[in-house]
Amino acid sequence: MANAQKNSHEAIERNVALMIVLTLLTVSVGGLVEIVPLFFQHSLTKPVVHTKDAQGKPVQVEIKPYDALRLAGRDIYIREGCYNCHSQMVRPFRAETERYGHFSVAAESIYDHPFQWGSKRTGPDLARVGGRYSDSWHRDHLINPRSVVPDSNMPAFPWLNRPVDASMIKEKMQTLRIVGVPYTDAEIAAAPGALTGKSEMDALVAYLQGLGTALSNFK
Amino acid sequence: MMSADFTSNFWNLYVIVLVVFGVGLCLFVLMTNNKRHSGPVEVQPHVWDETLAEYNNPLPRWWLYLFWATVIFSIVYLAIYPGLGSFQGFLNWSSVGQYEAEIGKAKQKYDPIYAKFRGQSIEALARNAEARAMGGRLFATYCAQCHGADAKGAPGFPNLTDNDWLWGGAPETIVQTITDGRVGVMTPFDGVLSAADVTDVANYVRALSNLPNASDAAQRGAMVFAANCVVCHGPDGRGQPLLGAPNLTDNVWLVSSSQAQIEKNVREGRNNRMPGFGDFLGEDKVKLLAAYVWGLSNK
Repeated sequence: MANAQKNSHEAIERNVALMIVLTLLTVSVGGLVEIVPLFFQHSLTKPVVHTKDAQGKPVQVEIKPYDALRLAGRDIYIREGCYNCHSQMVRPFRAETERYGHFSVAAESIYDHPFQWGSKRTGPDLARVGGRYSDSWHRDHLINPRSVVPDSNMPAFPWLNRPVDASMIKEKMQTLRIVGVPYTDAEIAAAPGALTGKSEMDALVAYLQGLGTALSNFK
Repeated sequence: MMSADFTSNFWNLYVIVLVVFGVGLCLFVLMTNNKRHSGPVEVQPHVWDETLAEYNNPLPRWWLYLFWATVIFSIVYLAIYPGLGSFQGFLNWSSVGQYEAEIGKAKQKYDPIYAKFRGQSIEALARNAEARAMGGRLFATYCAQCHGADAKGAPGFPNLTDNDWLWGGAPETIVQTITDGRVGVMTPFDGVLSAADVTDVANYVRALSNLPNASDAAQRGAMVFAANCVVCHGPDGRGQPLLGAPNLTDNVWLVSSSQAQIEKNVREGRNNRMPGFGDFLGEDKVKLLAAYVWGLSNK
């Protein structure tokens, strides 16, 4: 009879506090191994992506925070629920890179709080949409998608031509600064001015045209 | 993950220690619970409802073996795939490596197909059924969003089937358009021209294409045109492919021929942009696309 063993699991089962502590320790191992080290990896914490130029020479591209107009556009993207149908994550498969361009890398979303990767694609992925269409295409398409893509089932967003709300832009940028987006005081002070006279459409198109351009192949 | 990717080697050791400790703990628990007892089955000391007691049996064997299988799986996995800190695994697998292998394989498969088109002219490819079919599929993937599945365009996006070209329709010009893209800019004349001038010049532009117009306004518009528009559209209004300035005399319209739209174009200008697909698609695909597009207007 293994008395010591019997006593040990009986001891745990009869002591709720000990059981809670040991359970917490057990379930936290996965997170401690898989999540905590992510905060201490260069590729996930530095706003730099490594790529190759036209001659195949390795180059580094710095990821820049969204300027005020794009940031406002990003909020409209979220408000209108674009993420319900559009992912922003090109996976490293040929079928995806042939269609969309270079696969997404972690550092590209370093200033996204929260990121818009998504997993549901009713519409196409938008991670590399920047520069792929003209501004006027985006305007026509957002106001009435059928005007340029007759088979499209995307809803129309005809109300986007109203002025963009600039009242909270400074606070938004200050909040983002707390979580690590390096906005300068000057950028924050200039933000409301950058939105003056702009429509929600201008902001959203600016956001879309900036998406994925760090590794984009479009000129 | 690359070995240099951790900010310090501590994290490498941290992962290794926790993983090895975790697997080791599983092993320990399995081994200490592995014994089968002979003799009477042990009964737990607690009893409910006078007689309800609980056996303290070891796990059924099949269940225990499943746990063993998971431990063996984890050890094999950690040996061949990355997972143990910075250790790459004996297969040296990475998601980027797998992606590049997939691309390499596709290149091997498809390169010979593109290779046989390389020496041929665009005109010849436009008559080659296989090249045309490939070009059509490329067009549907990369071009149809603006130019339409039938290549007949949309308001603001040129029709590619009518042999009317903003930037020229020679095969090599089409290759250049697809490779580098085009930016077609018409300057806004709001503030330069009066509202009456804009109305007049729009009437004149409609007259150039033999569309109904107010003839006295069109006559006045001719003067406005001569003073403001000829630099790009030419003295006879036939446009200039080098600038992408449209021919205004052929009754082919990028947006619409309506008086209101022409006035709007004059007032607000146009900023049309075709993105350059050269870097994204590469020469081979651009060539097939150019042949397909050229063939649409040169049957």
